[in-house]
Amino acid sequence: MAKSRLKLRFSRKLLAIPYAVFLAIFVVIPLLIIVYYAFTDADGAFTWDNIRIFFSGSGGDSFFQTARFKTFVQSFFISLTSTLVCLLIAYPVAYIIANCKLKNKMGLLLLFIVPMWVNFVLRINALKELLDWIGIYNKPGWNIFNTVLGMVYDFLPFMIMPIYTTIIKIDKHYLEAAKDLGAPPAKAFLKVTLPLSKAGIMSGVSMVFLPSMTNYVVSNYMTYNHTKIVGSLIDDFFKNDLWNMGSVTALILLTLMFVITWVTGGFDAESEVNARGTTL
Amino acid sequence: MKKVRTSLKWLFIGLVLLFIYAPILLLTVYSFNSSEIISSWEGFSLDHYRYFFDMDNQPFPIVLQTIFLALVVAALSTILGTVGAIGIFYSKKRAAKLLNSINQIPVINAEVVTAISFAFLVVAIHVPKSTYIPLIVGQMVLCTPFVVLSIIPKLKQMDNNLYEAALDLGATPAKALFSVIIPQILPGIVTGFLLSITLSLDDYIIAAYTKPNTFQTISTHIYGLNKGGTVNTIKSSYWAFTAIIFLLIVIAVVTMNIIAHKKAGKKQ
Repeated sequence: MAKSRLKLRFSRKLLAIPYAVFLAIFVVIPLLIIVYYAFTDADGAFTWDNIRIFFSGSGGDSFFQTARFKTFVQSFFISLTSTLVCLLIAYPVAYIIANCKLKNKMGLLLLFIVPMWVNFVLRINALKELLDWIGIYNKPGWNIFNTVLGMVYDFLPFMIMPIYTTIIKIDKHYLEAAKDLGAPPAKAFLKVTLPLSKAGIMSGVSMVFLPSMTNYVVSNYMTYNHTKIVGSLIDDFFKNDLWNMGSVTALILLTLMFVITWVTGGFDAESEVNARGTTL
Repeated sequence: MKKVRTSLKWLFIGLVLLFIYAPILLLTVYSFNSSEIISSWEGFSLDHYRYFFDMDNQPFPIVLQTIFLALVVAALSTILGTVGAIGIFYSKKRAAKLLNSINQIPVINAEVVTAISFAFLVVAIHVPKSTYIPLIVGQMVLCTPFVVLSIIPKLKQMDNNLYEAALDLGATPAKALFSVIIPQILPGIVTGFLLSITLSLDDYIIAAYTKPNTFQTISTHIYGLNKGGTVNTIKSSYWAFTAIIFLLIVIAVVTMNIIAHKKAGKKQ
């Protein structure tokens, strides 16, 4: 009996091997290839040139005057604004639903998640048609606004879900205690609800910030290819066979991803699935 | 005062819902328009629907092959992810932690970075895109981590003694796995499968980098239409499709709510 149990523990662990191999070949090695292309020249020899070229100007312009620097700044601005707007909409929505007297809170929450089940490009297309109908699509001066609108439209549920999950879990006794001890509702919110929902906010921010910087489908679609973000930069480099430059850009994004993940603590976030908003 | 606050709250909720639903409702209304231009109403017609469902036109076959692709990708991801999740769960702490962290990479990483890095690998190992292998494996990279993430919590909730009991009663490890562990984590497996389907259906970026040139998914097809100018018939037939999906989802949600309601009623 003891022998068979030993054999069995052994075999259960072994089940991890196929997926470990899959992850190694299709996730880890591709990332290493990016690092390889970022630091090698056409002959495959090690070089810093790609990094140097990426961060230097051309034709008398300094780096800060190049189109790619402007793209980075613009993309960062779009992403920051989209994240902030998502947060400003999502927090009240999540808070109101979590604290409302309705029996079927989940049903109400679903109303905010359901549009996610329409294909993503179809959804963006629908928003584009609406802007066209209003008359602000592809009009000068509206491109940044339209891009932010597209990002918010697309990623809002990713912000609502994790915030809702944390607010609904908050023990109501804390709020009662705050009230009993004389805190006005605003103060109780600031001292109890807000700090306790920080994990949800962080998870939401990490789900919105990076996609808003990289989902070039949204920016291309919403502005008829007029507004570039970091994601479109990578796509353009790749399509023009500038793989080294594309890899440098990808490497910058990877670094950013690790920083964001480290700050928001996302590597062990079990709420990721919920954050995707598709589970029930 | 309190009444004002409550109505303000619901006004806010209503406005956000309006923002979310206005584009889809607009397309739904104009899917019945006989014109292909959205701003001019030229009378009711089902032309867009007729065009959409005609097998001789592009959209409907593309929708079918997108669904087929999603089913294949979801099935493979679910098998790989289920086996992987069980394996990770019983691995030593350090190995499990490492695998869990790598599992998070495709979840958090920018999709375009995942796509470009995977495309580099495809070029490096010379697998032609026309074999569909890059497309299927590429989407599996996107989906499988979510399967693992859906199953791990169920494994944690599981009663481990049942498995030991099955062995003590003479079941082989394989039998115990299929008749004790799998049933207990089944809800997680189903969630992972459904999640994979939606992720695959939704995906544009990975597909754009890995699909065979002649193959289109719903996403790549519509995205391509936006670039060219004069393909209005196809474009507006997708309005009909948007309306149909929307209707299906509404029906699904209402049904689910009714079922949930009945269940709750029975408990009382």
